[in-house]
Amino acid sequence: MANESGYPAPVPNADSKPYWEAATREELVLKRCSSCGKHHFPPRHLCPACWSDKLEWTKSAGTGVVYTFTIMQRAPMPVFAQRVPYVVALVDLEEGPRMMANIVGDDALQTTVGERVHVCFEERAGGAKLPQFRRGTR
Amino acid sequence: MTIQLRNKTAIVGVGESDIGKVPHMTGLGLNAQAARRALDDAGLQVSDIDGLLTAYSFTEPYFMLGTVLCEYLGLKPGFCSAMIAGGATPAVMLGHAAAAIATGMATTVLVCTGENRATGLSRDDAVSALAAAVGHPYFELPYGPSIPGCYAMIARRYMHEYGISREQLAQVAVTTRRHASLHPNSHMKKPITIADVIDSKPIAAPLNILDCCLISDAAGAFIVTSAERARDCRRKPAYVLGVGERHTHEHILCAESLVHFGAEDSGKAAYAMAGLGPQDIDVAQLYDCFSIVPVIELEELGFCQPGEGGAFYAQGHADVGGKLPINTHGGMLSHAHAGATGGLLGIVEAVQQLRGGLGERQVEGAEVALVHNEGGVLSSHCTVIIANSPR
Ligand SMILES: [Zn+2]
Repeated sequence: MANESGYPAPVPNADSKPYWEAATREELVLKRCSSCGKHHFPPRHLCPACWSDKLEWTKSAGTGVVYTFTIMQRAPMPVFAQRVPYVVALVDLEEGPRMMANIVGDDALQTTVGERVHVCFEERAGGAKLPQFRRGTR
Repeated sequence: MTIQLRNKTAIVGVGESDIGKVPHMTGLGLNAQAARRALDDAGLQVSDIDGLLTAYSFTEPYFMLGTVLCEYLGLKPGFCSAMIAGGATPAVMLGHAAAAIATGMATTVLVCTGENRATGLSRDDAVSALAAAVGHPYFELPYGPSIPGCYAMIARRYMHEYGISREQLAQVAVTTRRHASLHPNSHMKKPITIADVIDSKPIAAPLNILDCCLISDAAGAFIVTSAERARDCRRKPAYVLGVGERHTHEHILCAESLVHFGAEDSGKAAYAMAGLGPQDIDVAQLYDCFSIVPVIELEELGFCQPGEGGAFYAQGHADVGGKLPINTHGGMLSHAHAGATGGLLGIVEAVQQLRGGLGERQVEGAEVALVHNEGGVLSSHCTVIIANSPR
């Protein structure tokens, strides 16, 4: 997708810098706990399941299932008005964590609960890339 | 909560500010008006108040809102705080006020909150400010969700699991509007039909504008004191029987489930403290920022089985005269909503129902009332149970 400047760009911080760096390489990464084995999202300093701080970044398969979604018909910020109607979804990744994303693509408005989706990347300002999802398997 | 609060405290005064579009008043002014009305209602003097709790404001540029409000009102209390649990804040504040009084930290606490959200912010600014406040700044806001969008996702999942019909969902707004029309101070009184709701402006599918709460200028206040002192007040006290909280997440992406929430646990804690169950409740004021929310809360709080909340409304059980009248003042969908004020006005209405004499909207024989407040996206929950006599 072309760079559509004006949309909110990712803001990396100490917890999330490797996540956004990976996104720039078009990779989706998750933090995984070395003690209990669970993945979590958003990335934290410690594992929210067991409080271990022995964490590693792992590459996600980038596939998941739509837990729920909405079709936005009124934009929350003026910049999104040009996109209306657009899909905001919660996607359950194969590794366990749930993330928010837009379902993008020509058939996005046909999104249904429970269907499979796969990650893609949308360019935002400053060369940053935002993980998004498309319907179907790759 | 480890401290047993049953029968220790009571709400002795309640007040609402002018409601709707009140451009000649500031948010602090609305708070002051509601506080003054609550004080007069209780028959107390300003000097009786030695504690103040308030919530937050998007329209006033102050940081320490608790002390700011004390300064504005000329109070110098020994117990004061501004609390933020989103829409759950008023019920949480009632619990904290009751605990402070029960432990001797204060004797009489003024709880108030209000904002001039209708005239102090443009509608666009209000929608953006809310999205920014409740959406995750790094992992949600880049995707352009809104608060209605988040609740629409909850409604969509609920429809997927339980198959509530669009008409049943719309009935929540219709019933609530009918109740608002029976209250002299409601923001929106014009009756609506199921067709009106279904044909109203789409916001975030499946929710339309009439499924969404109002944006009002409004404030509310109540005064809590010990059960002993309450007996000397002007009006019949509303005794605090039980309070329960549960906080499970903040952002929707971190909610474990979008069909099961913390309301069940907060309700169980409140029932346990009160020594009562759902069958003992005569009237309920449930949080209704969107039409789907009271449907879910009815189920979580044990008033019907999972998946039956929509039918509960459709069958008229939530009407005044039904088996459990809900949001008899018109809720946030039709009475008023401004920040934390919506939930507080549910407490005001519950107290008034227990006192009786409300005319057409009076629930006959109302002795025990339940109020449920939630904040975020069904993130923070607080349930309170109050009654017109100690139990
Ligand atoms: Zn762990």
